[in-house]
Amino acid sequence: MRKLTLALAALALAAPAVTEPALAQNEQFIPALVYRTGPYAPNGIPFANGVADYWTLLNERDGGINGVKIVFEECETGYATDKGVECYERLKGKGPTGAAYFSPLSTGITFALTDKVPGDKIPLLTMGYGRSESRNGAVFPWNFIAVGSYWTAADVAIQHIAKELGGFDKLKGKKISLVYHDSPYGKEPIAALEARAKLNGFDFKAIPVTHPGVEQKSQWLAIRQDRPDYVLLWGWGVMNSTSIKEAAAVGFPREKVIGVWWSGAEPDVTPAGEQSAGYKALMLQHGPGKFAVHADLEKNVVSKGKAAAKEDFAQVLYNRGLINSMIGTEAIRTAMKKYGNKPMTGEQVRWGFENLNLTAARIKELGFEGMLQPLRFSCEDHQGADVARMQQWDGKAWKTISDYYKADDSILAPLVKENAAKYATEKKITARDCSKES
Amino acid sequence: MIAFGQFLEVLVSGLLAGVLYSLVALGFVLIFKASGVFNFAQGAMVLLAGLALVRSLDFMVAKGLPFWAAIVIALLFAAVVMAITAWMVERFVLGPLINQDGLTLFMSTIGVTFMIEGGAQMLFGSDVYPLRLFPSDAWFLFEGSFPGGILVSKIDVWGGLIAAVLVVGLALFFQKTKTGRALRAVADDHAAAQSVGISLNWIWFIVWLVAGLVALVAATVWGTKLGVQFSITFLALKALPVLIIGGFTSVPGAIVGGLIVGAGEKLAEAYLGPFIGGGIEYWFAYVLALVVLMARPQGLFGERIIERI
Repeated sequence: MRKLTLALAALALAAPAVTEPALAQNEQFIPALVYRTGPYAPNGIPFANGVADYWTLLNERDGGINGVKIVFEECETGYATDKGVECYERLKGKGPTGAAYFSPLSTGITFALTDKVPGDKIPLLTMGYGRSESRNGAVFPWNFIAVGSYWTAADVAIQHIAKELGGFDKLKGKKISLVYHDSPYGKEPIAALEARAKLNGFDFKAIPVTHPGVEQKSQWLAIRQDRPDYVLLWGWGVMNSTSIKEAAAVGFPREKVIGVWWSGAEPDVTPAGEQSAGYKALMLQHGPGKFAVHADLEKNVVSKGKAAAKEDFAQVLYNRGLINSMIGTEAIRTAMKKYGNKPMTGEQVRWGFENLNLTAARIKELGFEGMLQPLRFSCEDHQGADVARMQQWDGKAWKTISDYYKADDSILAPLVKENAAKYATEKKITARDCSKES
Repeated sequence: MIAFGQFLEVLVSGLLAGVLYSLVALGFVLIFKASGVFNFAQGAMVLLAGLALVRSLDFMVAKGLPFWAAIVIALLFAAVVMAITAWMVERFVLGPLINQDGLTLFMSTIGVTFMIEGGAQMLFGSDVYPLRLFPSDAWFLFEGSFPGGILVSKIDVWGGLIAAVLVVGLALFFQKTKTGRALRAVADDHAAAQSVGISLNWIWFIVWLVAGLVALVAATVWGTKLGVQFSITFLALKALPVLIIGGFTSVPGAIVGGLIVGAGEKLAEAYLGPFIGGGIEYWFAYVLALVVLMARPQGLFGERIIERI
């Protein structure tokens, strides 16, 4: 009996934690796959707080979306793919119309759910992560890799390096290494970087780091010997700060280390202290700081003691969470224009995403001016935008150091087409004819 | 000459990293030696000790205490937290499970792991907390002989020195003190030790306390290296091959095992990794451990188990 009790206790601890709200008929249910514990919690928490606070803002300020109150539940995944899938299975059918959409904040979970969502008819919003070829809406009708893919990031990083060197012709013969998290996430940019290396004539080397990335000494000793001109960093969580510390330890200039936008938040640089000064990272368009939406949050959420955010308010990942929720809820609002002001099904929300047009005026109206450029999805394009900027940590704060770069579609579009076609063949998917979609 | 310099650099960094793994492995050895329990919670104990230390340190520095005074008080506070943890484990987990088989006790430490991880993050937070107790830059040795010199991280050297002091301290504790001798008696034979008046409950509390203090020492070094954060618990997985190689009951074995694992995995990553895709050091340590297991199941320094049939 005692052994049974112990086993049950262990099972209860290992299972994903879900909090159950009571649901009424006129409520829109949105699940939140989060990681507030575990090795990636320092990065997962601010994002989850931004996501939750924006939904709370809509409920407090507007009474929900067009009068339909938002009800959300968090499910703890710990950034583990198996737990993410378990959370998905538990939450997909909740609420009067089921889950509106999922945002797993994990490329591994995204890969797993990409096969499941067509059957369940629930869209996946993967802002700035996930399968880069899922930009192709004809093959991936349920995936929305909003704002930018890893191929966008890789291309923009190379464009920035070329600019620093004085032109694309200066890339020839240079050495660029990629230090990456040895996971689907970390491997994503390799195809785009190899394409760029072939085109621009630089020597590209990919160096994997095993999860969670606390041991990187061998990799950085190899970099010390190899002396690349630039190091691109595709890390997450503890891996980022460890990379910066190791770069400092081997004397590699931080100014020559460029992180992806998931390696460019406050938890990535503060643990390394002054060693982080000079380190650069891409911006998923936005950075930290307060904008008009933050004033609304302070008035309607923070002052009422309903904010999830604490010291992470207006930090990079918190702001990303806000944008993620804004895009999701605007898709629901778009769907309501067609289907009426009532809770939307996943299928209706998918239509909403595909027809979402966030103009500069609408972005300003929502309080996100300065954080996001116009974004428009279509049947063919599930990314909606392909621009990014560069920021640099000055030892105390992130400073934007570039204007917007536009990813080179002459390189990326063929990659998307080729890989989407490969995926369609593997999964026996017949691509939609977007010219016939309404 | 460059190739030899690179080899030396990887070897030295591997040996020093191995000593840091030994710091965690020592906690496992202590508990296994005295109670026969494989304590899966040792990695979580390093996290708890580190969080208690860094959060109290930050609190007192923010209150304006001089850094040296804040350090002393924070270390004492963390030691008290580890003592309370040791008492609770003995009182509520191991005590009620006395006379149960080893597998049951092992399973109970898995439960303790989850509880410590969850409790520590709930009490002290789940962010990354920088800890700056030791210098984190590097020396470049023999620059005249090798271009660029041989890089040696100062924090790794500090870790090595601390491990050496710890081993000497533990050896003295086990050999020269009454409690240490009682611990060895319990390790040899529980029933015989009880028959001469040694309290098992007291001994288990002491051994978990000592393991907790070893975890605190490991946390000071690893916390400075990585920042105090959840990922520190993964060090337990690094300590496992160290234990398999060195033996579960030997303090010197934990050190030698650490050196073999550290040097082996770093050299494998540097010289074998490029041919098979890289990122091999995590599992390569277990390859080494399996090789030792097959040749010498009790580990290089473990006690040979001879059972009469």
